[in-house]
Amino acid sequence: MKLRTLTLGLLSASTLAFAAHAESITIATVNNGDMVRMQKLTEDFTKANPDIQLNWVTLEENVLRERVTTDIATKGGQYDVMTIGTYEVPIWAKQSWLLPLDKLGDDYDAKDIIPAIAGGLSVDGKLYAAPFYGESSFVMYRKDLMEKAGLKMPDAPTWDFIKQAADKMTDRANGVNGVCLRGKAGWGENMAFLTAMSNSFGARWFDENWKPQFDQPEWKNTLQFYVDLMKADGPEGASSNGFNENLALFQQGKCGMWIDATVAASFVSDPKNSTVADKVGYALAPDNGLGKRGNWLWAWSLAIPAGTQKADAAEKFVSWATSKHYAELVASKEGWANVPPGTRSSLYANAEYQKAAPFAKMTLDSINAADPTHPTVKPVPYVGVQFVAIPEFQGLGTTVGQLFSAALAGQSSVDDALKQAQDAATAAMTEGGYIK
Amino acid sequence: MARSVTTQHKTIATVAAWIVALLIFFPILYTIITSFKSEQEAIQGFSIIPSGTFESYAEVQAQSGYFKFFFNSVLLSVGSTILALLVAIPAAWSMAFSPTKRTKDILMWMLSTKMMPAVAVLFPIYLIFRDTGLLDSRIGLMIMLMLINLPIVVWMLYTYFREIPGEILEAARMDGASLWNEIVYVLTPMAVPGIASTMLLNIILAWNEAFWTIRLTTTEAAPLTAFISSFSSPQGLFWAKLSAASTLAIAPILIMGWFSQKQLVRGLTFGAVK
Repeated sequence: MKLRTLTLGLLSASTLAFAAHAESITIATVNNGDMVRMQKLTEDFTKANPDIQLNWVTLEENVLRERVTTDIATKGGQYDVMTIGTYEVPIWAKQSWLLPLDKLGDDYDAKDIIPAIAGGLSVDGKLYAAPFYGESSFVMYRKDLMEKAGLKMPDAPTWDFIKQAADKMTDRANGVNGVCLRGKAGWGENMAFLTAMSNSFGARWFDENWKPQFDQPEWKNTLQFYVDLMKADGPEGASSNGFNENLALFQQGKCGMWIDATVAASFVSDPKNSTVADKVGYALAPDNGLGKRGNWLWAWSLAIPAGTQKADAAEKFVSWATSKHYAELVASKEGWANVPPGTRSSLYANAEYQKAAPFAKMTLDSINAADPTHPTVKPVPYVGVQFVAIPEFQGLGTTVGQLFSAALAGQSSVDDALKQAQDAATAAMTEGGYIK
Repeated sequence: MARSVTTQHKTIATVAAWIVALLIFFPILYTIITSFKSEQEAIQGFSIIPSGTFESYAEVQAQSGYFKFFFNSVLLSVGSTILALLVAIPAAWSMAFSPTKRTKDILMWMLSTKMMPAVAVLFPIYLIFRDTGLLDSRIGLMIMLMLINLPIVVWMLYTYFREIPGEILEAARMDGASLWNEIVYVLTPMAVPGIASTMLLNIILAWNEAFWTIRLTTTEAAPLTAFISSFSSPQGLFWAKLSAASTLAIAPILIMGWFSQKQLVRGLTFGAVK
């Protein structure tokens, strides 16, 4: 009896001692389907690394951005792993706020990361964040409505074709809008779409001397085309529509075409939630024959703040979550269609993935068609396809987004919106010291 | 004739009161209705008849541990209220029974701090919390919640204390009561209804506080406001889940408010009619 008590006591004591030694890391993330899935599968990681405990902090995207920015700028040390996007990585890496990821392990195969995605997350050739899932944007369209309109969607359509198809597909009596596009104001909402679209019209945010370019004809052509297209063929109240609103409209069969993030393909082709799941086709984002397409590039990525005291444990976790092994784990538990897309070339060479995700090839082609280091037709002093990787862009992008959203809603003219955008951008660039 | 006019007025007043009450309560009601819809239904447009599915509650429960956040909410709201009362009762006593010519100015200054946007002091507060090791700690957040609600608590208690005749306290002093005994054994028992309603209001304010509770916590001290915030998704439908999380978060305080409504109303209107 005594021996048993003693043994149990020793076991309990050793368990407590072990728990006390276990290192816990805190991971800040957003509530996207892929992130939630990762949280459910972490037992695989903790089994292999029993000395590391994981604490999750899930926040709304804007709150997360504000929280991690506050934490990293003040070296608060609240987080050991942060979920950040392609916009933050180059800015924060240059400020030495992030640790370079050079200990991801021998079997990590960093060369397998899709070059366009890796390029957006690297500074001076060093990777500062590992992509968890990546996306571009493309055209999702209703094959049945396209056929009814007597048209065939090319793999690489032009904006003129999109306009022609939208006009023919619009059927207000039956609640069908020819095209659904983002209109909700925000640097990551309508401005992500419009900035990418403007690239294909030959526009740019700034010239080589950081002079704003909203007074140039390319921006006028972009915004006028967008407003006219949406007025003729877009849904009612489009100036309030973001990703989720358009997703719901498309799933309910109310959009002939939707140009948005490639990750939406898995939602619109899911028969559980989409009434048009078996009728969706995919094409590259449109162009105007100028050599650039209107698609963006984004990756939700895992990065390690320079202020962490647990860099080794954090890097082990980042390596696990963005590895080939993790992709196989998701495939084994939830099927290949649920593997986080857009990060590794090997996934797109996988026959099983191609079978499970009919949009795989078009997603990869879209990602490869985006070049964050040369995003525009004319030369620019910045990187970023649907954003400008400078700290001032969040505020400025949202201000311009509000002006363009007002033009879409009919509260101001295209010319007024562009003039005000030019003034706002000039003021911000002067204040930021970009314009001397 | 006069009787029928009175009845008519009463009916109109009752109907108007119900309309106003319904308008005020409608956002909460619609949140509860939405929580019983599917994600597709939730985003389809206005509808007050849900399909009655519990899938959002199941998903919310599967994704996050509700009770950890709930426990923190209870601890923070009750703890910060006790701290606030400990500071505010002597302060209100002093202002009510030993006023100086600056008392009104001090009261106004205290109230004016509530008009300052919280985000203006985010960085200094964050740095203080970082340097004192109070980030993500329950005690740190209790102090913060106590501080932000203190002006209202002092103001409310000051109003109640002013209604208590100073002669009673003088009599206690004549009987040899010390300052401490005067506050604890004479003033506090007489102001119990006022203190109770102040306490209830402060608990509600602390429970609903979202700016600081989200920004100064990560995992250990995060209350239900952080729990709600985690269900908003940039890519994927989330209104039904968010509504279910909100319903779960507000249910305890709604129930508490319902049962203590008489006390709350009596306390809030105390001294209003003179």
